[in-house]
Amino acid sequence: MGKKTTALSGALLTAVMLTVSACGGGGGGATGETAAAPADPKEVSGEIKVLTQRTDLVQNGALKQYAADFNKIYPKVKVSFDGITDYEGEVKIRMSAKSYGDVLFIPGAVAKNDYPKFFAPLGTTAELSSRYRFSDKTEVDGKVYGIAQFGTANGFVYNKALWRKAGVTAWPETPQEFLDGLKAVKAKTGATPYYTNFKDGWPLVQWTANNGSVGCDAQAGNKLAGPVSPWKEGSELRTIDGLLHDIVEQGLSEKDPTTTNWENSKSLLADGKIGAMMLGSWSITQMQGVAKDSGLNPADIGFMPFPVQKAGKFCAALVSDYQQAVSVHSKNKTAARAWIDWFTEKSGFAEKEGVVSAVKSAPMPATLKEFVDNDVTFFDRSEAKTAAVNDIDDAAEIGLNKQDYRQKLIDTARGAEKGSLEDFFADLNKRWDEAAKTVGS
Amino acid sequence: MTGRSTSDSTGRRMRRDPQGGPPPRSGRSTTTGRTRSWRDSPLRRITPWLFLAAPLALLITFTYVPVASMISYSFTDWDGVSPERENVGFDNYVQIFTRPELFRVFFVSGYYLAASVVQIAVALYFAVVLSFDLRFRNLFKGILFFPYLINGVAIGFVFLYFFQDGGTLDAVLSWLGVATDHPWLGDPASANVSLAGVSVWRFTGLNFVLFLGAIQSIPGELYEAAELDGAGKWKQFRHIIAPSIKPVISLSVILAISGSLSVFEIPYIMTGGATGTQTFVIQTVKLAFQFNKTGLASAAAVVLLLIILLITWIQRRLVPDDKVDLV
Repeated sequence: MGKKTTALSGALLTAVMLTVSACGGGGGGATGETAAAPADPKEVSGEIKVLTQRTDLVQNGALKQYAADFNKIYPKVKVSFDGITDYEGEVKIRMSAKSYGDVLFIPGAVAKNDYPKFFAPLGTTAELSSRYRFSDKTEVDGKVYGIAQFGTANGFVYNKALWRKAGVTAWPETPQEFLDGLKAVKAKTGATPYYTNFKDGWPLVQWTANNGSVGCDAQAGNKLAGPVSPWKEGSELRTIDGLLHDIVEQGLSEKDPTTTNWENSKSLLADGKIGAMMLGSWSITQMQGVAKDSGLNPADIGFMPFPVQKAGKFCAALVSDYQQAVSVHSKNKTAARAWIDWFTEKSGFAEKEGVVSAVKSAPMPATLKEFVDNDVTFFDRSEAKTAAVNDIDDAAEIGLNKQDYRQKLIDTARGAEKGSLEDFFADLNKRWDEAAKTVGS
Repeated sequence: MTGRSTSDSTGRRMRRDPQGGPPPRSGRSTTTGRTRSWRDSPLRRITPWLFLAAPLALLITFTYVPVASMISYSFTDWDGVSPERENVGFDNYVQIFTRPELFRVFFVSGYYLAASVVQIAVALYFAVVLSFDLRFRNLFKGILFFPYLINGVAIGFVFLYFFQDGGTLDAVLSWLGVATDHPWLGDPASANVSLAGVSVWRFTGLNFVLFLGAIQSIPGELYEAAELDGAGKWKQFRHIIAPSIKPVISLSVILAISGSLSVFEIPYIMTGGATGTQTFVIQTVKLAFQFNKTGLASAAAVVLLLIILLITWIQRRLVPDDKVDLV
């Protein structure tokens, strides 16, 4: 009998311990402990789980390959991946428990002031800002909580052959020239000049990233923090949304925007059935891939900056993608940090995806070669006040990084929604300013 | 769980009470004796609860606890992530009732309400027709019920192709010689009508089956008697079928109203609420997950629940569920 009890309690104890370790919480991290890079790669050990929204890279084994490469330097760290389709929605919910992996991208919903409660600091601003782009986005009280996965420049992905056929070879320098270009494409080739991807919606969000490129202003994002009427006459967002409005109003976009299809749009662009789409530079490799797969010429895929010049030069603001962070509950923070450092600096991921590496000293990717050759001014858009801007944005229920207001803009432009463009902008300004006042107070 | 009811057992227990002491326990007593001892054991009294334990646990865990926490969120300013939330009292509710644009989306429900009238009429028509002897009756029943079995998300995608420019609808119309260039989901009125049409297509089968079941429970002699008295099909429907399925019709109406107030799946998948197709539930989801106003969204959900309860209550008062008596 006595023996049985011991065995039983032993089993119970094991079960409890298993549960605790499975929770990934168990006494692991005291808040404030820095996830420092390991001194000796051979020594660091442990299992880490990486959350990612790139389910495609999980499924095709690309991430596993990265993990294998990682293990060549850090042999004792075991990396596993958790691909999540609805990343924002799901991770947000998981964060209210303790189990959200060791390495994750910081979801947009997390308020900046809460970063120290969820993530381990990666170092001081002084240490990280000299090395990585966009470190100000995750800085709280002098400590940085995330390292950008990569950065992107935004612009129009276009089919060069098609535009050449329409007689447009030079990049348009003003919104009007761009509209003229689209008109020429429509008249001379019969293709759809611009494709909004209205139905899938998220490509509409890409327009926001031009904020900064228009005025060649690294502080453009920060300037929105306050009752500044972001859509006032002459503002960057007005230029951006005004161009989209004009494209649609002048019938230069697809006929029925409500049934667009993103996957399909890639091959349509490669095939010269679509003239241009506003996207980040990350999309270029995808378009080229589609072109290659369907036997078309990948070199026809071009990328042009937003059609505005400042002092005779185009500008391209680099904006941060998701920031990688270490969970405050991780038990293997050193290993997690090692993964982030390696992935950002040595994995070659940015190069392969054709995006801008978060490492300041890294060269521009091949996809942006044309930008470099044509002397486009690159700069990192400051993200210091992004959190405050997001607070206003949420309070106003506008959604600068959501598709809804641009869908409404397009509906207004094509007459499906009543009201004029002026009223539309005035309403946005009013809501923004009111929200800024309540949030600020 | 035999045929004997509980009231029966209480009666017996009362009779036994004066005897006092434990019931006979001896081995091979009579059947009644054994039943008695079983009836008296505490195990017996908890047996129904044991059976109920699993469903009740599930019900409480997955329905009542979440609803309770939703109600508690609705009094906070929680953003859905932050470990901290502040109590804001009735602020969220005040906000909902002082922002008319949050209620404007209920106009969209009007389309679905109109559609559900059509839906009930169509379902009733087919249920009556197919309740009579008809060739290929079962085939038609199957065809009508089939859409209800398909997953809502799949329906959304199927109809997206159906309505797209040059899609199935346009193709069919062009075979009929109607050349149309109309973007079906392109303007608010046409988009809402199209979406409501999809909803009719999807839910007619459910109404149909409910009606058919009720109609088939009407004894056949009634029709025979009516026929002998010279009643035609219409009169049979008017005086026999309609009164006897009244409770099912009123249930369908309640379901239709609450359904049209809380439409979600089809518009969310097909248009995402763009082009004036946003419904109250889509708006609530967006508040919670796009703008991180979980508190406000919870309050909106509670308000929707109250509205539906209120409408159901009013409807039950107007049309009381009196007993159907055919004979």
